[in-house]
Amino acid sequence: MTQSAAAVAALDTTPIRADFPVLERTVRGGRPLVYLDSGATSQRPACVIDAEQEFVTDHYAAVGRSSHQLATEADGYYEAARARIATFVGAHRTEEIVFTAGATAALNTVAYAFGNAGFAGAEAARFRLGPDDDIVVTEMEHHANLVPWQQLALRTGATLKYVPLGDDYRLDLAALDEIVTPRAKVVAFTAESNVLGTIPPIGELTAAAHRVGALVVLDACQSVPHRATDFAGLDVDFAAFSGHKMLGPTGVGVLYGKYDLLAALPPFLTGGSMIEEVHMDHSTFMPPPARFEAGTPPVTQAIGLGAAVDYLTDLGMDAVAHHERELAGLAIERLSAIDGVTVFGPGDMVDRGPAVAFLVDGVHPHDVGQILDDAGVAVRTGHHCAWPLHRRYGVAASTRATFGVYSTADEVAALVDGVISAQKFFGER
Amino acid sequence: MNDLYQEIILDHARAPHHAGLREPYDAQAHQVNPTCGDEVTLRIAVTRDAAGEVTIADVSYDAVGCSISQASISVMTDLLIGQTLGHSQALHEAFEAMVKSKGEDAGDEELLGDAVAFAGVSQYANRVKCALLGWKAFQQATAEAVATDAQIGENGIHE
Repeated sequence: MTQSAAAVAALDTTPIRADFPVLERTVRGGRPLVYLDSGATSQRPACVIDAEQEFVTDHYAAVGRSSHQLATEADGYYEAARARIATFVGAHRTEEIVFTAGATAALNTVAYAFGNAGFAGAEAARFRLGPDDDIVVTEMEHHANLVPWQQLALRTGATLKYVPLGDDYRLDLAALDEIVTPRAKVVAFTAESNVLGTIPPIGELTAAAHRVGALVVLDACQSVPHRATDFAGLDVDFAAFSGHKMLGPTGVGVLYGKYDLLAALPPFLTGGSMIEEVHMDHSTFMPPPARFEAGTPPVTQAIGLGAAVDYLTDLGMDAVAHHERELAGLAIERLSAIDGVTVFGPGDMVDRGPAVAFLVDGVHPHDVGQILDDAGVAVRTGHHCAWPLHRRYGVAASTRATFGVYSTADEVAALVDGVISAQKFFGER
Repeated sequence: MNDLYQEIILDHARAPHHAGLREPYDAQAHQVNPTCGDEVTLRIAVTRDAAGEVTIADVSYDAVGCSISQASISVMTDLLIGQTLGHSQALHEAFEAMVKSKGEDAGDEELLGDAVAFAGVSQYANRVKCALLGWKAFQQATAEAVATDAQIGENGIHE
C-alpha cells in the first residue's frame, strides 16, 4: 500500500538512529560518525543483529535435510524469511527467491547457467549462446554486472555489446534498436547506477529486450534498498540484489527469477541439497529455489535479511525513498553551489536515486576522502567498481556520498563543510 | 592530518619533480591501484661502468593519482636518479619497511632524506599502497632492465 503524503514526509531519524548501535560510536578522536557510505554497505539495526543471534542461540540447525525439532524450526525461519522477501520485491511466488552468497554470486549464477545451457536438456535451449548471439549490457554497470557477461561471451563466442552513456549522465538510447537486435539473447542492466545515481528507463529497456526475445537481467542492488520494488510488475526475467546494502547481513544475496525460467535454467553450483536423484553416472536436479542452493545456504544471514525486510517494511519504502531523495537533492544543491565542485551525475532528482558522486577540482578523491574521514565523515573514494563508467567521462576516480534511512540533513552539512575544508587544505597553503 | 600530509608532501604533489616520460630508456613499467584507478607509467635508463656497476641514469614517469602517490613518485625520483642499482634496492627496502611499520619506524633520514615525510602514511593502512605505487613500478622496471642487462654496453646502452 502506498503511504500517504503526510506519512511519506515523516520519516523521523531520531528513533531510527537509536536502532543502529554503530551510530553511537565516535571515530578519529571523538568525532561523531557521519556514515555516508551506505551504497557500499549499510549499517544494521539491532533487530537484524538480534534476529541472527536469536536464531543461532535457540534454533540453529541445518535446513532442508533433517526432521528433528531444531531442523524443523530452522526450516521454518529460513522459509519465512524467503516468503517475506518475496512479498517485499513483488515476486509472484516464494519459490522465485533464491538465496545466494550475495548479488555477485546471484549474477554469476545466471551467467554461468547460460554457459551451462550448451550441455543441458532441451528445456534450456533458450539460454544457449553461440557466435551468432549478443549479450547486451550498459556502460554504467558495476563490475559485478559486466565482468561475468564478458566472461560468458568468451566462453560461448557470443558478442558483448553495450548501451552507451550520454554526456547528460544518462543512457543514450538513440541507437537502442541497433544494439538490442534479434541477435540479443540477454540484456543485463542496473536499476540504478551506483555512481551517477541514474535510473534508466527500465520499462523501455525491458520492452526492447522482450520484443526481440531476449531475457532481462536486472542488477537491483541500488534500487531494492532505496525504493519500493515490484519485479513482477517490471516484467524483468531475473534480478539480483544483496542483503548487506539493505540493512541486512553480509554473505547473503538474492537471485530472483520468473518461476518457469528458473525451472528451465541449468544449475551453476552443484552438490548437496540441490539434487533430486544421484547415481554414479548422472543426477537430476530439484525445482527452484533448491536447484540453485547447493550446499549449506547462508541460513543465519537469510534470517537476518528477513528481519531487515521487516524493518524496512515497517518504515515504508515510499517513506524511505522520499527521505533519501530529499537528502540527495540537498547534497546535490549544496555541493553544486561550491566553487570548484562538480556533481558527477544528473544535477536534479528526475529519474535519479540517492547516490551522489562528485569531483573537486585539483583535489584527488582519495585526498578529499581523507580530509572527510578526519572530520568523521565516511564516504567512498575511487571508481566504485565502475571503471568503464569513469573512463567514459575521462575521470580516474570520484568521491561518493550515499544515504540510508538513518542519514540526516546535518550529515549533508558535515559533508559540505568537509569538502570545503579539503579545498582549503589542498588549495590555499 | 598534518602527520599524513606533511608540507613537503603537498609541495611535491603540487609540483612533481622529474615528471613526464623521457627518451632514452631501458625499461618501462605500468602499475595501477585497482581499487582507485591510480596509474603510473615509469621508465628507467641505466648505465654500466667498466667495473660492471649499474647506475640509475634517469627515472621518468607519467602518473595520475592522489597527492600521496604523486608526491611519493616525485620524492622517489629525487632519491634514485644517480644512485647505483644496489643502493636503490636498499632505499626501496627502507622506504617500504617505514610505510608498512604502523608507526613503529620513523625512517632513517640520513638514508631516505625527504622521503621520511611519508612515515605518517604508516598510520593509514589504506594509503600505504598509494605511497608504494611508484616504487612498485620502479621495481618492475628494474627487474626488466636487469633481465636485459647483457645488452648494456660498457659505457651504457646509449653510447
